[in-house]
Amino acid sequence: MKSLVPVLAVVAGIVAIWYAAAVGLNAQWTYDQAARAGVELGFTDVLRDAMVQDRPVLPAPHQVAVELYDTVIDKKITSKRSLVYHGWITVSATLLGFVIGTGLGILLAVGIVHNRAMDMSVMPWAIASQTIPILAIAPMIIVVLNSVGVQGLVPKAIISAYLSFFPVVVGMVAGLRSPDAMQLDLMRTYNASRVETFWKLRLPASMPYLFTSLKVGIAASLVGAIVGELPTGAVAGLGARLLSGSYYGQTVQIWAALIAAACVAAALVGIIGLVQRLMLRRMGMGQ
Amino acid sequence: MGWVIFAAVFWAAAWWVNGRLSTSVLADQRGVKLIVPTIFGLTILVVWEGLVRGLNVPGVILPPPSVIVGTIGDSLPILWEDFVQTFVKGALSGYAMGCGAAFLIAIVIDRSAFLQRGLLPVSSFIAALPIIGTAPIMVMWFGFDWQSKAAVVVVMVFFPMLVNTVQGLASSEAMQRDLMRTYGAGYWQTLIKLRLPAAMPFIFNGLKIATTLALIGAIVAEFFGSPIRGMGFRISTEVGRLGLDMVWAEITVAAIAGSAFYGIVALIEKGVTFWHPSQRAG
Amino acid sequence: MTDTREVIVEAKNLDLTFETNDGPVHALKDVNLTIGKGDFVSFIGPSGCGKTTFLRVIAGLEQATGGSVTVNGMSPEEARRSRAYGYVFQAAGLYPWRTIAGNVKLPLEIMGFDRAEQGRRVKNVLELVDLEGFEKKYPWQLSGGMQQRASIARALAFDADILLMDEPFGALDEIVRDHLNEQLLSLWARTEKTIGFVTHSIPEAVYLSTRIVVMSPRPGRITDVIESSLPRERPLDIRDSKEFIDIAHRVREGLRAGHSDV
Repeated sequence: MKSLVPVLAVVAGIVAIWYAAAVGLNAQWTYDQAARAGVELGFTDVLRDAMVQDRPVLPAPHQVAVELYDTVIDKKITSKRSLVYHGWITVSATLLGFVIGTGLGILLAVGIVHNRAMDMSVMPWAIASQTIPILAIAPMIIVVLNSVGVQGLVPKAIISAYLSFFPVVVGMVAGLRSPDAMQLDLMRTYNASRVETFWKLRLPASMPYLFTSLKVGIAASLVGAIVGELPTGAVAGLGARLLSGSYYGQTVQIWAALIAAACVAAALVGIIGLVQRLMLRRMGMGQ
Repeated sequence: MGWVIFAAVFWAAAWWVNGRLSTSVLADQRGVKLIVPTIFGLTILVVWEGLVRGLNVPGVILPPPSVIVGTIGDSLPILWEDFVQTFVKGALSGYAMGCGAAFLIAIVIDRSAFLQRGLLPVSSFIAALPIIGTAPIMVMWFGFDWQSKAAVVVVMVFFPMLVNTVQGLASSEAMQRDLMRTYGAGYWQTLIKLRLPAAMPFIFNGLKIATTLALIGAIVAEFFGSPIRGMGFRISTEVGRLGLDMVWAEITVAAIAGSAFYGIVALIEKGVTFWHPSQRAG
Repeated sequence: MTDTREVIVEAKNLDLTFETNDGPVHALKDVNLTIGKGDFVSFIGPSGCGKTTFLRVIAGLEQATGGSVTVNGMSPEEARRSRAYGYVFQAAGLYPWRTIAGNVKLPLEIMGFDRAEQGRRVKNVLELVDLEGFEKKYPWQLSGGMQQRASIARALAFDADILLMDEPFGALDEIVRDHLNEQLLSLWARTEKTIGFVTHSIPEAVYLSTRIVVMSPRPGRITDVIESSLPRERPLDIRDSKEFIDIAHRVREGLRAGHSDV
């Protein structure tokens, strides 16, 4: 909690700078309008106007807050204008993809650790794939799957799965290999089989590594789901809201969707962090 | 059908070869460590080609590798133009600005423990967010051209780089810093002679992460709007026209660019941090 | 013997109390000690007796909370800034990105010696610790004992009159330790520095010092100061002589007394 005051101070600073920037960026439009109407404006008038524009260059924090309140709390969850509705569409794809990607990733990691051929042939590609911009193929996957009739949730989930797959493989392999030679030797003195060594030593030892990868994976899955919503003409989901806001010049909508996406990301990573702390505490690994 | 059988046989043969190689005494040699994944990669390509031809998969769903290579050969000028637009102008400039800014700010806040304790959690938090969502906003501020893409890249690489640099600057041991005090060394001397060299492994970790983020940021930002050039632009429009061979061609270029970029930074890292245990153990 | 020599370090009623979450810790209480020029003073005692803390106070790395301490007539801070001493830590602490020569040059660069002078001093001081020929090697290519010798060379490079050493040989095996003890003694004879040496080992303390300061914990204080009657020239097998064993015995008694107070 020693960090609480500095963090709050930094956040307060960011909000202050945000307000100042909003005035700075939006003022130009106000001046233009005033010049056209032939009206002289005082500073406070400009200040006030900069905060309430319909299509501001930079929405002021309270405008975004109002829009968030409007679309999250004021709208019914089933309404097509509710951010909760859109948020859920994105989150559901994210979660489905994340679970698939993580499951497959763990399986592949177990295979890599126990089979030398898989290790030498697949692992270099898993590591190299982290340098490749996989997200670039998102549109293609969406369109290809749409054309064979697979629409909606599943294509996005596949992208999400793909994005969480590799971090989980790399992290899990590191984790399963983390027990040192001494501990592995101890297992050999007990004549433990590879299966027993896996369940009793390798798997528990890999938990910290797994959770770190899960956090990276879920953030990546979310980005995948958002980007996956773009190619289909932006019908539903947070990515869709971002895109449509950008098409129609609705800046406040863009910002609200962005903040919503940020909150979703924070929540998802936070939940994993919570599970991590509970699990590691039960295992006595502390923090 | 012959193609499918061919693919199956090739797969089996390659699997057998790799199986034998990896369990043999040769397995630890560097050459073998390169051959095995190469065989694996080649096998994927061969199986891909075989299945697509053998099962007569339409080219608008999944073109075979041979067609993609052909398209690459035919479209080199376009691919080059897209590469320059996205990678050189968008990703690279954003990378340089973002990493440079993060490094400088890390040094500026180095003297204030208060700012560090405030900025580090906030930066880690922001680094986990879908920054790509700022693309439409950047387009609004900086226009359709490469500047908005560079801006997205700057935001994407800034926070991970800041977190890594600050961690790196903190990584020198108390004993080392005490030694500097016994020499009566000042802040800047200690920074340049001890803390910056000690921070290099962390800084390069950040730089490597940033290479991937930069390329992804530049390409995906173009999905939100771009002039008639750029890898992201080409991918989204060709996807719309079902010209998937061109899409795969662009992806291949992106993959090569991404790995080459990462590889160059890793090579520089090897030179600068030759002394670090992780580089020596090898 | 001590009266006519110049006083290098003088501590009077020195107190150092740390405030911790579990209450105040009296690391040093009412410490009085004078160290003269050319002395080799060992500090010995169990963990928590304040010997390292005392060395750090002399070095100006910790601030006393009561009493006074002067080094060369100045406050420890000023002495530190005037680069009056070289400090050797428990671990060699060499920079892995610099060669051995580069490491020894580190203080010289900071203190502004010119290039030619740096080169000269590096050569001299590496010869002194028997590491000639290793200038271009990197620390990880050297054994633990050699790294520690390089660390000592580094502390000698800028000709400070005082050498402060905090359990420098603690992490090394006995044979290497013996060798380094011999080398340190001959170095001391040649350079006539004033040395403050913290150790856990009774034989080491008795072998090396002209004076042994026995300390005990809770609160950290001096229980005995033993003037060594051994001659300055000492071969290693002096450790089997009756005189040596008597002094060691007295040290042991002092340590036991300190413990039983607790």
